[in-house]
Amino acid sequence: MLTIEGLAATVDGKPVLKGIDLAVPAGEVHAIMGPNGSGKSTLGYVLAGREGYEVTSGSVTFRGEDLLAMEPEDRAAAGLFLAFQYPVELPGVGNANFLRQALNAVRRKRGEAEVDAMQFLKLVRAKMRGLGMTEEMLKRFVNVGFSGGEKKRNEILQMSVLEPAFCVLDETDSGLDIDALRIVADGVNALRGPGRGMLVITHYQRLLAYIVPDRVHVLLGGRIVRSGGPELALELEEKGYGELQQAA
Amino acid sequence: MASSSRRPEMGAAAIGAPAAAVPLLHPAVAAYLARHDGLVDRLPGHRHAWVRALRRCAAEAFARQGFPTRRNEAWHYTDLRALTEIRFDEPLVAVDRPVLLPDGIPEAGAPRLMFVDGRFRPDLSDLDALPACVRVQSLAALLEAGEETLRGRLGRLAPVEAGAFVALNAMLAEDGAVVTVSAAGSGARLHLVSIGSAEGDRPVAFHPRHLIAVEDGAELTLLESALGEGATPYLNNSVSEIALGAGARMTHVRLQAEAVASFHVATVFATVAEDAEYDSFALATGARLARNEVHATLGGTRSAAHLNGAQLGDGARHVDTTTVITHAAPSCASRQTFKSVLAGRSRAVFQGKIHVHRAAQKTDGYQMNQALLLSPEAEIDAKPQLEIYADDVKCSHGATVGELDADQIFYLRSRGLPLAEARAVLIEAFLADALEAVRDERLRDALAAATAAWWARAHAEAGA
Repeated sequence: MLTIEGLAATVDGKPVLKGIDLAVPAGEVHAIMGPNGSGKSTLGYVLAGREGYEVTSGSVTFRGEDLLAMEPEDRAAAGLFLAFQYPVELPGVGNANFLRQALNAVRRKRGEAEVDAMQFLKLVRAKMRGLGMTEEMLKRFVNVGFSGGEKKRNEILQMSVLEPAFCVLDETDSGLDIDALRIVADGVNALRGPGRGMLVITHYQRLLAYIVPDRVHVLLGGRIVRSGGPELALELEEKGYGELQQAA
Repeated sequence: MASSSRRPEMGAAAIGAPAAAVPLLHPAVAAYLARHDGLVDRLPGHRHAWVRALRRCAAEAFARQGFPTRRNEAWHYTDLRALTEIRFDEPLVAVDRPVLLPDGIPEAGAPRLMFVDGRFRPDLSDLDALPACVRVQSLAALLEAGEETLRGRLGRLAPVEAGAFVALNAMLAEDGAVVTVSAAGSGARLHLVSIGSAEGDRPVAFHPRHLIAVEDGAELTLLESALGEGATPYLNNSVSEIALGAGARMTHVRLQAEAVASFHVATVFATVAEDAEYDSFALATGARLARNEVHATLGGTRSAAHLNGAQLGDGARHVDTTTVITHAAPSCASRQTFKSVLAGRSRAVFQGKIHVHRAAQKTDGYQMNQALLLSPEAEIDAKPQLEIYADDVKCSHGATVGELDADQIFYLRSRGLPLAEARAVLIEAFLADALEAVRDERLRDALAAATAAWWARAHAEAGA
C-alpha cells in the first residue's frame, strides 16, 4: 500500500532522513520507534507534504501513485492521514464546520456526493460517542482551549470521520494519561482492517501495548537500523536505544 | 453650528454670481464648480432662495478647500489624483427609465429604497411593508416642495467646512433618503440600495444626501448596499446625517461592493443623544478607491457608539477607513474593531481618532485595528489617535499586522482542503470576531456572501 524507497530529506538544508526503505502492506500496522531527533516526525511530515521538508532523493509510492508529486490536499483525498503530534489551533474556525468541510473536500475530490449538515451531524455524533467526546467540543474552535488529551482525541475523531486508507500517527500517545491513551487506542484499533494500513510513530513502547503492531522498525540517525516483530518494542523498552546507537 | 451662522449671510449672497472667485483652481475643482453654475437652475428646489443659498455656500466652501492632497493630514495616506484626473459628468439616466439591476443585491427582509445614480427610483423600490412608525421621503421631492423643516436639518450635522467631499455633496446633491423613525413601533427595518449604472463610456458622479432621524426611544435597523457594474468609472459621493434621539437605537450595516472601476466616498455624521446607541458595521469589498469616513458624536450621557467593519482589498484597489469619535458627554462608551484583509497590490488605510472632551468624564473608549496581508505587495497604513482632555477616562487602542499562518494552512490542507479553501477558512476566521458584532442573522449572511464573492475574485486574480 505504502512503499518508501531510498527516501532522503532535508529540513532547513540539514539532512534528516538519509535513505529510508519501508513497505507497509494493506491491513498491516507498522510502528516506527526511535529516540528524539532520529527523524520520526520528519518522516510523518514528508509523507503529508509539509512545506520546508525537502525530499532530496528516493520515492514514495502510495496505492500505485507517486505520493511526493501530490499537493497535501491531494494526498488527503488519496487516503493519507497524518495525526499531528501537536495539533494546530484554529481560532475562529468552528470544529463542526471544519470537520464537515474537510469531509466534503475529500468526498468532492473522490467524486462522491457531499454530505449535508444533518447527515454530517448524525455521522459525527456516532463517532464522538466512541471516543468519549462531548458534543460541546463540536461547537468550540478547532483545538482552541483543548487539553492535550482532547486535542489527540480530536485528531482521532477527524481520522474516523475521514476514513483514510492509510493513517500516520505521530506521537499520538504523548501527553496522554492512561485512560485517555486507552480511549485513543480503542479509536485507532476500531479503524484497523484489511483495507487499511497504519504507521504508528512513537518514542515509547506503552502505546504499542494497546495498538499491537505487525512490524516494528527502529529509526536512528535518519535510517532504519533494525526491523522486527512486536517483541522488538519490548526489547527496546528494556534496553533503551543506547546499544543500537553505539552500534550505529 | 457652522450652518446656522452661515445661513443669514448666504441669503444675502448675490444669486447668479460666479461661485468660483478663488484663483488657481485645480481643473477638477473648476469643473465641478462649473457643473454647479450650469445646473443651478435645474437642481431640485432651485426655485427656493434658501435652497440656492445652501448650494452657493457649499460651492464657496468647496472652492476654498479644493480637493485635499497628501499634505492634508486627514488625507495623507490616500492619494486622490486618480479621482481628480477623471472628468465626471452628471448622470443622464432618466428617473423612469428601466434599469437592469446588478446581481448580488442582498435580501434583507426589509422594505427596499432604491437609488440609481443617486436618484430615488420609486418604480424599483418596495415600500409596501413599511411600518407606520417609519416615514420615508425623497430629498428631491422635499427640496422641490421647499419643505421648511429641511432648512434646519440639511447640513446641520454635516457642515460644509468638514471637508471637500461634504461641500461637493452639498453643492450638487440631487436626491437622497429622508427617513424619520418614531417610537410608535418597534424594530423597524429598511434597506437602502444605491446602484451605479455606469452606462456607456461617460463617467458620472452622483452625490446622494441621506437624512436619518431616529426619534427618542425609537429603533431602526438599516442596511445600506452600494453596488455597481461595468468598467466605466463613476463617483458615488454620499453624505449621511444621522441623529439618534434619547434612548434610540440604530443598527447600521453597510455593504460597499461598488464596480471595480468606481470611486466611493461616503461620509457619515452621527450624533447620539443620552442613553442611545449607534451600532454600525461597514464592509468594503469594491471600488477602485474607497473612503469610508465616519464622524460619531456621543453628545448625551451614557450613549454608546460601536463602529466595526472590514475592508477587503485586491488587485490595485485602495480602501480607506477613517473614524472620528467625539466623546462630548460623560459616561459614554465607544468600541471599534476594524479588520483589513489585503491581497495583490492593494492598499488600506485605517485612521481612528478618539476625541474626549473635558466634560466627558468616565469615558470608555476602545479601538482595535487588525490587518491580514495576503501578499508581500499589499500594504496598510494605520494611524490611531487619542486626544483626551478629561482626566477620568479609560481609553485604549491596539493594532496588529500579520500574514496567514503556514502551520494552520498546512493543517487544513492535510485534511483535504484545497489551498484556496484553506486560506478562505482562515480569512473568515480572522473576520469572525468583527462580524459577530452583527447580531442580525440575515444581515450577517449577506456580509458573509459578499466576503465570499470578494475572495472568489481576489483568488482568481492571484491565481492568474
